[in-house]
Amino acid sequence: MTPLIWLVIAPLLGALAVLVVPARRMPAVALGAAVATLAAALALAAQVSGLGPQIVLLGGWTPPIGIVLKADGLGTAFAVMAALVMSGVALAARHELAPDKAGARAAYGFWPLMLLVWAALNTVFVSRDLFNLYVGLELLSLAAVALVALAGSREALAAAMRYLLFALTGSLLYLAGVVLTYSAHGTLDMAMLLARMPATGDGVALGLMTAGLMAKTALFPFHVWLPPAHAAAPAPASAMLSALVPKASLVILLRVWFEAMPDAAGDAALLVMAGLGAVAVIWGGLQALVQRKIKLVIAYSTVAQLGYFIIAFPLTGGDSAVKPWSAGAWTGMVFLALSHGLAKSAMFLVAGIWYSACGAQELRDLKGLARALPMSAFAFALAAVTLAGLPPSGGFTGKYLMMQAAFVAGLWPFALVMVAGGLLAAAYLYRPLAALLAKDESRACAPVSRARQAVPLALAAAAIILGVLSAAPFDFIQIGKPDAAVEGL
Amino acid sequence: MMALSFDLALAALLIVSALAAVAGRGLFRAVIFFIVYGVLVALAWARLGAVDVALAEAAIGAGLTGVLLLAAHGRLRREGLEADPGAGGQGFAAIGGAGVALALGWAWFALPEPATATRAALDSALPDAGVGNPVTAVLLNFRSFDTLLESIVLLAALVALWMLARDGAWRQRLGLPQHARPGGVLASFGRVLPPLGLLFGAFLVWSGADDNGGAFQGGTVLAASLLLAMMAGLYLPPRIGERLWQSALVLGPVVFIACGLVGALVWGGFLVLPPAYAKGVILAIETGLTISIAATLALLVIGPPEQAHNSGGAA
Amino acid sequence: MNGLDILALSASALVGLGIYGLLAARHLLRRVLAFNLVGSGLFLWFGAAGACGGVGVDPIPQALIITGIVVALAASALGVALVVAHARLSGPTLPEEAPCDPEPDSGS
Repeated sequence: MTPLIWLVIAPLLGALAVLVVPARRMPAVALGAAVATLAAALALAAQVSGLGPQIVLLGGWTPPIGIVLKADGLGTAFAVMAALVMSGVALAARHELAPDKAGARAAYGFWPLMLLVWAALNTVFVSRDLFNLYVGLELLSLAAVALVALAGSREALAAAMRYLLFALTGSLLYLAGVVLTYSAHGTLDMAMLLARMPATGDGVALGLMTAGLMAKTALFPFHVWLPPAHAAAPAPASAMLSALVPKASLVILLRVWFEAMPDAAGDAALLVMAGLGAVAVIWGGLQALVQRKIKLVIAYSTVAQLGYFIIAFPLTGGDSAVKPWSAGAWTGMVFLALSHGLAKSAMFLVAGIWYSACGAQELRDLKGLARALPMSAFAFALAAVTLAGLPPSGGFTGKYLMMQAAFVAGLWPFALVMVAGGLLAAAYLYRPLAALLAKDESRACAPVSRARQAVPLALAAAAIILGVLSAAPFDFIQIGKPDAAVEGL
Repeated sequence: MMALSFDLALAALLIVSALAAVAGRGLFRAVIFFIVYGVLVALAWARLGAVDVALAEAAIGAGLTGVLLLAAHGRLRREGLEADPGAGGQGFAAIGGAGVALALGWAWFALPEPATATRAALDSALPDAGVGNPVTAVLLNFRSFDTLLESIVLLAALVALWMLARDGAWRQRLGLPQHARPGGVLASFGRVLPPLGLLFGAFLVWSGADDNGGAFQGGTVLAASLLLAMMAGLYLPPRIGERLWQSALVLGPVVFIACGLVGALVWGGFLVLPPAYAKGVILAIETGLTISIAATLALLVIGPPEQAHNSGGAA
Repeated sequence: MNGLDILALSASALVGLGIYGLLAARHLLRRVLAFNLVGSGLFLWFGAAGACGGVGVDPIPQALIITGIVVALAASALGVALVVAHARLSGPTLPEEAPCDPEPDSGS
């Protein structure tokens, strides 16, 4: 059985198993499923790097009848990143979502929902069928909404309701685009669509799909649901929601634009999208600067970071001439997305430790915590280095590649936006860091084991390592890269 | 000519009922018009000749969704929350709605001639699919992975719904306590109809292989029978975690994945169904799916555990 | 203008109506209702397009639509339950869209 199939099935089986075992055994079963899925992701990565992209024809049927799963460098890299983050989340949740801490209900629901989110993510990372991706996205959204509502408070339910409305609207818009595409071309497979005869309605279809996916990726102006949702969820859930869930719709966006319909990309549309991304970077950064609650700072940071990914689109596009700098922009964006996932999850997990051990919710509650919980403060600092794009992190590598592409493409305003975004990130991350390192007496904290603090530290360190040892990931991501990513849209 | 006037009448009724559902005054009225709209949509599907879809739309789209909306309206009314605060941002909404409608209308006329390649590929693959109904073949053979995910989506929605229970109510039975007058109409229906529903639902699943029907349609009828029995007070809804129910909920996806794994180990790929065994395996998958769908749909409609029940009867 | 054209155009109108409802309605239950309207309209459009081939409706769109109907039900079930749970704590609208009540004259 290939690792690719195992990658998708293991979390599904885990979710099913978790629902039949007695409640006290759920964390153990979930951790078992996590180990199995992590192993599958790593095995797949080894396979892809040695043998190239792995393809599975489900049921043995070829498109246009069947569904194709294909693991390329991009999808596998995201799958490995997701597996690392999810493992960290599972380890953290064993403490913070234990029945005596969070209540029987939340402790029951977290495990199946976490595994369902993971199964949906893995499906989205490897599927090449437009409708299959729709079903995966729906699974992801429903489980994610439930995670937001987990706390049961008034804010959590309001945030979950808002999230559900945005997610469903996004899915419908995406589905409309899929319907138009199948009706015009008779296939849902991305490889077949690449080889199609372009139809007049393709631009509309692509536009609808993009609008829907932008709503799900919380890109400006569809971002309003994200900060309250990520702040209201329990910290391990927020880590998943910020680091991984928007990446799924981002991956689909990338695939639809670069693998299925690169020719339908119009210049004006690309620039409008990137403009919205630029606004997201600045707006998110400014909002993060004025927040008082820790989790809101981190959540608005996600809004800003998601804007960077969209800026990459016109950097790989423009007129129909070949753009040799496109490869850099595309790879830079992927690097940025991978590092963001690792660093953001580390930040939320640290915030979770601070909340559950010290009751810290606002920035002023952080005073002096660096001495009380040094490992977690260090993890936060490392994650901040990546998010601010400072060397030698993965965030720096990604930004550097993108800025280089921006200058060569003559789109230097976007490079300026990225620089401004980096400065804003440094500013809004300075406030919690300054509080942590303050000389004041810190709040009374329950003891936190080193092992528990090591989890976010490992994730944040992984983001740094991504930058230091960037050659191997760089080459890995190139495996199976679509031509449009090399030549430009 | 006759057909065209029928189509026009149906289209007009669809739009009118949709308008009443969206913009009509009063939430209850809106829900009732939505159910009417759902039945009309099922009629449109039958007119198109897509009987499986018509069945699914009638049972799930109009029936179950209508029940969900009615039940929610009832719960809201109990707390005085059903008053409609009206609409806002109508200009922006009208632009959005009109824009999408125009885009779809334009796209319809911009559609190219349908390519024949897909149909040809389907026709040549159908004899190997193991079932005669092409829709069932697509759902349970060609694109079975979608159907597997779909059954997981139902389960995810159920777990998500359970999370909305209040902490105090977590250990209670699902849903609100039902009061049916013993010997009354509902109680009588609850005794007579469920066995018929069981037969009909099973028949729908069996017939879906080569004729019209299917696991989802049959499962919905079974779920309705279960719901009727519970609403008539003849059967108590379970508590979360009861072994029998949890097993029923996961049975479908488990059987599905198991068959897929057999395919991977023995027949050359995940979810591969060799023509010789296809029909048998598909029926096995459908049986498991139907049980899970029936259980999941019934519990989805019943809702999360709501309040402390009077401790009538043993656990 | 044949029957399929009529169906497709009315389906487009239904989608537009549903999107209007989704955006304009304040009561959250109406929004869930509108969401279902958009979905069913979209599926009708899809079915009409699938019938263009002449030899009955294409089975692939039919299968996708059945899947879509089930997924929409799952979303509606969660949506409806969330509306009720949210409304019990905060009222039947999103907090930012709640109608402004006139202040009671109790001299504060």
